[in-house]
Amino acid sequence: MIPEDLRYTSTHEWLRVDDDLATIGITDHAQEELGDIVYLELPEVGSTVTAGHVFGSVESVKTVSDLTAPVSGEVLEVNEELTDSPDLVNEESYGGGWMIIVKMEIPSEVEELLTPEQYEKFVEEQ
Amino acid sequence: MKRTTLYDTHVRLTAKIVSFAGWDMPLYYTGIVHEVEAVRTAAGIFDVSHMGELFVSGTEALALVQGLTTNDSSCMEIGEAQYTLLCDDNGGVIDDLIVYRTDETEYMLVVNASNVDADYEWLQQHNQTSAVCDNRTEAMAIIAVQGPKSQEILQQTANTNIGDLRRMRSVIARIGDASCRVARSGYTGEDGFELFCRAEDSVRIWDRIMMAGESSGITPCGLGARDVLRLEVGYPLHGNEITRETTPVDAHLMWVVKPDKGDFIGREAILNAKASGPKHALVGLSTNERAIPRHGQTVIVAGRAIGSVTSGTFSPTLGRAIALAYVEPPYAEIGSKVDVDIRGRSCACEVVKTPFYRPGIPTQAIANK
Repeated sequence: MIPEDLRYTSTHEWLRVDDDLATIGITDHAQEELGDIVYLELPEVGSTVTAGHVFGSVESVKTVSDLTAPVSGEVLEVNEELTDSPDLVNEESYGGGWMIIVKMEIPSEVEELLTPEQYEKFVEEQ
Repeated sequence: MKRTTLYDTHVRLTAKIVSFAGWDMPLYYTGIVHEVEAVRTAAGIFDVSHMGELFVSGTEALALVQGLTTNDSSCMEIGEAQYTLLCDDNGGVIDDLIVYRTDETEYMLVVNASNVDADYEWLQQHNQTSAVCDNRTEAMAIIAVQGPKSQEILQQTANTNIGDLRRMRSVIARIGDASCRVARSGYTGEDGFELFCRAEDSVRIWDRIMMAGESSGITPCGLGARDVLRLEVGYPLHGNEITRETTPVDAHLMWVVKPDKGDFIGREAILNAKASGPKHALVGLSTNERAIPRHGQTVIVAGRAIGSVTSGTFSPTLGRAIALAYVEPPYAEIGSKVDVDIRGRSCACEVVKTPFYRPGIPTQAIANK
């Protein structure tokens, strides 16, 4: 199930917009592909991320994958719970498994992202 | 892509399927961490039917096995299993395998899925005896049942007392109504069994064992868990730790090389390699960092590349990363400090003893030769 209130990237991140704040995580499809997640490398609060650039990585038992920022801005919050419970990303990829909250610099970047319908089609075609 | 006769079973169990060595195989069902834990604490069931079975038969079957593999198979009893290597003239490892003496004049070589065709070709090309080689990979299936509860589970399905079976021994038994070869062996470090059956019987055997093991927590396990389990106990994987570029000397596998048995392909090269010492040595690596060294990454000391990682994973049993790597011999000592270049970042590692994890195998399951 792909939540309808989010936007997506072709690298399987999701984004939830609340005014100029964006909460970012990875999709259920992404966590399924990675398998059991054991470590996350996330940016620090106060650092900036740039749309289309790597902002961290997620490591599963089998493999490691980059995290790509859907939008640009300053990191306001990092999900500290993931340090001890990285498996939240597997279990609640759209909820408790969120990764960072960004104060968007260029809110119009959201328009470039995939809609739920587009992302669903993208995953099916892969 | 080839499919084992258990493919539909895996799909029904909602396995994540990946292609491996030309086969569609389950990578995991519920998750690697859960599956590894099941094997370490209860039991796991694996479809490993992608592995190859090459039969060598005839009055000169032993001569062919002895001439092409490194271990000494001359004293094997019927039913006995032995770990051995197939080497080329340079002492490079074409494959590692288990040879089973299945009859007076018949041996079954169980080989890696990726190498079945190369091994079979090698056997035929270098056969100077009257023995006959037969590739029965697609006619057979292999189901592994591994973990401390595997005996108790399997016993409920078997018509013989498998508790009497020693490690690296096998017997013909019936599981439910299907006949198969039951071997006490495996690739996880735990007590366990591998069942060799006709492909068409695999689903019935699998279902029968799953039913018997339900209350004991038997868990279907995929190739992901299999790889983690073998790495935790430091077993090499062909293609990673052992290749045609490495000799048994490099990989600490001289315990399965028996130069005194007579001539075999690779004997001279291996003896030369032993005399001149290993070019690089296989070691275990451990790190306290929240990072995982992976296959192919470079091992560095003081800015200089001194080796590379052959396998690396997160160990669910130990709760930290573990890896095997080839390093230059001076850095192979336990306690050596090395760095691994993990995607451009340096990760501090230490050379540690292997196995990383030693399961408590009940003593009756260990061969007393």
